[in-house]
Amino acid sequence: MNMVRNHVLISIDANTIIAGARAVEDALIKEIARQGLSQEIVVLETGSVGIEDQGVVLVVYPEGIYYTNITPAEVPELVEEHLLKGRVVHRLMLKETPKRFVITKEKTGLMKEQPRIVLKNCGFINPESIDEAIAADGYQAAAKALSSMKPDEIIAEVKHAGLTGRGGAAFPTGLKWEFASKVDNPVKYIVCNADEGEPGTFKDRLILEGDPHKLIESMIIGGYATGATKGFVYIRGEYELSIERLEKAIADARSYGLLGTNIFDSGFDFDITVMKGAGAYVCGEETALIESIEGKRGHPRNKPPYPITAGLWGKPTIVNNVETLSNIPEIILKGAENFKKYGTEKCSGTKVYTILGHVATPGLIETEMGTTLRDIIFEYGGGIKDGKRFKCALVGGAAGAFLGPDMLDVKMDFVNLREYAAALGSGAILVMDEDTDIVDMLKSVLHFFKHESCGHCVPCRLGTARLVELIDRIAASKGTSKDVEGLTRISETMKDTSFCPLGQSLILPVSSSLKYFKDEILARVQ
Amino acid sequence: MSDTDTNHECVCAQLSEEELYPRLELIIEEHRNKPHELIMALHKAQNLFGYLPRKVQQMVAEGLKVSLNEIYGVITFYSFFSTVPKGRHSVKVCLGTACYVRGGQQTLEKVGKELGAKVGDTTEDRRYSLDVVRCIGACGLAPAMLVDDDVYGRVKSTKIMEILDQYK
Repeated sequence: MNMVRNHVLISIDANTIIAGARAVEDALIKEIARQGLSQEIVVLETGSVGIEDQGVVLVVYPEGIYYTNITPAEVPELVEEHLLKGRVVHRLMLKETPKRFVITKEKTGLMKEQPRIVLKNCGFINPESIDEAIAADGYQAAAKALSSMKPDEIIAEVKHAGLTGRGGAAFPTGLKWEFASKVDNPVKYIVCNADEGEPGTFKDRLILEGDPHKLIESMIIGGYATGATKGFVYIRGEYELSIERLEKAIADARSYGLLGTNIFDSGFDFDITVMKGAGAYVCGEETALIESIEGKRGHPRNKPPYPITAGLWGKPTIVNNVETLSNIPEIILKGAENFKKYGTEKCSGTKVYTILGHVATPGLIETEMGTTLRDIIFEYGGGIKDGKRFKCALVGGAAGAFLGPDMLDVKMDFVNLREYAAALGSGAILVMDEDTDIVDMLKSVLHFFKHESCGHCVPCRLGTARLVELIDRIAASKGTSKDVEGLTRISETMKDTSFCPLGQSLILPVSSSLKYFKDEILARVQ
Repeated sequence: MSDTDTNHECVCAQLSEEELYPRLELIIEEHRNKPHELIMALHKAQNLFGYLPRKVQQMVAEGLKVSLNEIYGVITFYSFFSTVPKGRHSVKVCLGTACYVRGGQQTLEKVGKELGAKVGDTTEDRRYSLDVVRCIGACGLAPAMLVDDDVYGRVKSTKIMEILDQYK
C-alpha cells in the first residue's frame, strides 16, 4: 500500500473555475508526477472551501495550509518547496486563516463554537465521488431512518428539532411533512427547490456543487417519512456545474442501490429527476415552480389548495429548499436535541449566508441562528473593504430590507428580523460602504423586480413599472417629493394586493431605504 | 449521453438549419406525447438551433401534444428562450445587485459601445448578441460577464475587448 503524505484539495466551483482552477489542477498533477511524488501526494477535487474572491484555492493537509490566487506558474515552486521539501511557501499562503474555518470559541471571540451542519462536507470531500461521501457519513442517516425508524418517528424528530424552511418563509419543516404524511393518496411527490434566483445568493449552488449526495440522502428520508416515492429537483438553468454533479451523484446512488427499488431492504422505492429551469425569478415561488415542472409558464397558483394537498399534477407535493433538506441527515443521525443546541429559542440550527459587496473577504459561511450582523460582517467578512465605514447591508436579497448601523447588534433569525420589518430571506448579505449611492441601489432593485414580475396579477405588473418610472425620475434629479411619497404608496398597495410574494416583498427594500436614507433620497428631488 | 444532450454545444454555426431537423426528430422522440417535458425539450431544441424558429415550435408542438399557442406562451415567458436568431456568441453582462454595486452597469455600457449594440441586439455580422442577466451566482467575482458558457469575473473595462476578441 502506498503511504500518502499529503492531500492537496483543490476547490473546483463556479468561482474558482473562472479563475482557472482546471489549468492549475492539470499543472499540479503533472508537476507532482514530474517530481516523482505521485505515490505520496494525492490531489483531490472538492467544492467551495468558502473563499470566493481569492482566485484558485488549494488546501494542503494534514497541515491545513490555505494557498490562494494560485496560477500554473506557481505550481512548480509550490510542489518543490511544500510537497517535496516540506517548507511552507509563505508568499502564497493565505495571510490569516479565515475565521469561517476556525470553529473554536477561543479563536473567533464568538460566544459558542460554530457548527457546520449543512456545509459539513463542502470543501472537504470530492463531490463527484460517492465513496468519499459515504466515508464522510453519507447515507448513514438514510440507512438509520429506513431500517430502524417509522415515518412518524422521523417526522416527530424533525418537528422536535424545530427545523424551519431556509428558503425564506421559515415554515416548520416537520409540520409540513406531517401534513403531507396524513394526506391519503398513493401518489405523492417531494420537490427540492433549487431555483435560487435571489440576486446575491449562491448558497444552494455551492451546497449542490460541494455535497450533492447530502441532498439525495435528505430527499430519500423525506420521501420515506411522507410517503412520496418520486422526487424532483428543480434547478436553475444557469447552474451547469450543479446540474452535472447532481446528475452524476444520482446515477452513482442508483448504481449503489441507494435510489431505486427496495432501498436498504426496507421495501421503500424512491427515485429523483432533475428538472432544469429556464430563467424566471418567480419560479422560486413554490406553486409557480410546480407549474414550471409541469412544462407551463411559471405563474403562481391560487392557495388554497396548498401543494401539500394538491400540487404537482394535482397530487400532494412537499416543496423544500436545498438548505432546509441538507439539515435532515444531521438531525436523524445525531438527534433533535443535538440540533437544538445551536441557534435561538425560536429558530434552531444554523444558517448559511453569502457575504458580498464591500467587505474584505466575501464568501460563503455557516453560522448558528442568532449571529449578529456585526459578527457576520466584521468577524467572518473581515470588515469593510479599504477601511471605509459601514453604510448599510441589503439582507435577504432583492426582496429583503436595507439594514442600517442600528441593526448591527440585532440577533438575526427568521422570527426576530420579522419584528424589525426585515427578513432573513435567502441569506444573502450585500454590504455597502459609505460611498454607496442608495438611490442607485434602489433603482437596481426596482428594475430587477420590473424585469421579473411575471405579469399574472395587475398590482405587480403595473406597480413595478410605476416604481421604476418614479425611481428613474428621482435618480435623474428630475423627481419631486411627491414621487418619493409615491414609492411608499405604490409598494404598500402592492403588499396588500399582489398575488404572490414577489409583488408583496417590494415594500421591504422601499420602506427600509426610506427609513434610513430619507434625507439622502429627498436631496435628489426638487 | 446522447447527441442531443443539453450540455452539448450549439452546432448551428456549422450546419444549415435544414440539416438540423433530423436531430430535432431525435429530441422529440425522447419526449413524445409528454407535454410536461416541454421545457426540457425546448432547452435541447434551442441548444441545437441557437433559437426557436416557428417550424421548430410546430414540430415540438406536434410531437409533445402541446398546442402551438401554449409553446409560444412558454417561450416568451422564460428568459432562456428566444424566437429570433442570436449571434454566434452570446455576451451577457450580469446586473445582479452584487455586480451592480461593483460597477456592472459601467461594464454593460462599455461592452455595448465596443460592440455597437444595445441590450437584446445582435451585431450585424451575427458574431455577438448582447444581453443582460440577473445574477449568475458568481457574486464573489463581481462584476461578472458571460461569453457563451465562459464566465469572466472582476471585468475591467480595459480588458473587455481582449475578452471579446477571443470569440471569432
